[in-house]
Amino acid sequence: MDRIPVLKMGQFLLVTIQVDMHDQLALALQDDLTAQIVRHRARGVLIDISAVDMVDSFMGRMLGNIAGMARILDAETVVVGMQPSVAITLVELGLALPGVRTALNVEKGVHLLTEAVRESSS
Amino acid sequence: MSTPPVSRLPEILAASENDLLAEWSAALDRQMASRAGTLRAVAADFLSALRNGAQKGELSDISGQAWAPMRSLLEQFSRDRAIQGFSASQTATLVFSFKEPLFARLRIALAGDADALARETWTANLLLDQLGLHTVETFQQTREEIITRQQEELLELSTPVVQLWDGVLALPLIGTLDSARTGVVMQSMLEAIVNTGAEMAIIDITGVPTVDTLVAQHLLKTVAAARLMGADCIISGIRPQIAQTIIHLGVDLTNVITKATLADAFKLALQRTGMRIVRPENVRPEARKEA
Repeated sequence: MDRIPVLKMGQFLLVTIQVDMHDQLALALQDDLTAQIVRHRARGVLIDISAVDMVDSFMGRMLGNIAGMARILDAETVVVGMQPSVAITLVELGLALPGVRTALNVEKGVHLLTEAVRESSS
Repeated sequence: MSTPPVSRLPEILAASENDLLAEWSAALDRQMASRAGTLRAVAADFLSALRNGAQKGELSDISGQAWAPMRSLLEQFSRDRAIQGFSASQTATLVFSFKEPLFARLRIALAGDADALARETWTANLLLDQLGLHTVETFQQTREEIITRQQEELLELSTPVVQLWDGVLALPLIGTLDSARTGVVMQSMLEAIVNTGAEMAIIDITGVPTVDTLVAQHLLKTVAAARLMGADCIISGIRPQIAQTIIHLGVDLTNVITKATLADAFKLALQRTGMRIVRPENVRPEARKEA
């Protein structure tokens, strides 16, 4: 079965979604990600969706779910690189992803996470 | 009823073209005192096209090949008139005013033959009506084209995205926000955010005359979409009346940063992007006094 790789970057985890999400893949990703957060004691999760140009309500809900799970495990989630068409679609679907941080690209996302971690630890 | 005899209309037209033109010009001078000069040139072209069409083509149907020059002449004429701002009836009057001299000419040519006169008058009447209707149709079509083009231009004109600073964008909105415009605004703003890598976007609604629940909803959608892209939005230019309206309508803007003026919003945006505006120490005294 296909899996989406979860990469470790310092104290953060990076997930790049480049394929169509389906139920099995999303569940596998949730499993992998939560397991990795615990194993590496990760403080933040970056989800790069710059290669995604179509979304549905399932994908939107999944992003919200992942953010919720990560927060319970004390990790911040940042969704980065959302395409304009994707953002418009999500808003029209009524999924404005409350509680999920967003950034324009991975670089800014890392910056955001670093600051968030510094704030919470100080 | 047996097959109608061949119409004598083409023959009469050819024979008395110059007289017709003179009489028609006189009629045009009476009816449209101004601009009769430009109409005369059109009238001459119209007459020769009518003569050619009547000789070669059907008199009852102007959609044929023989009437192509006549159609293009009328289309050109009514297009010009539409652009110059004339009304539809003013435009069609050119064609209909030709009836008077033509019928007079028919009466002279067919004097003594009442049957033929009635028949030819009817044929000519039908023909001129068709030409007149064609003129009006083209006129209307041209006007619609103008309206569509203006709508598109308005849409483009009214959604500029300006870069105020590195990482700070501004959208001065002018006019009412409807769904179609919100779509364009959202699209161009989000694209500008991607292209410039901006972190702050200021939506200035000074030029929005009224804010109702629908407009507020559109604004909130735009803000939410920008947030999903990783940019923060500030809504500025909220006039006192609009602030009152928003509260009376029960619109929840608590999750959105709002500022009264674009200047305040810009200041906040600069702060958020880590900028600071500092007055230099060695300012000339008079400049400091002014400030």
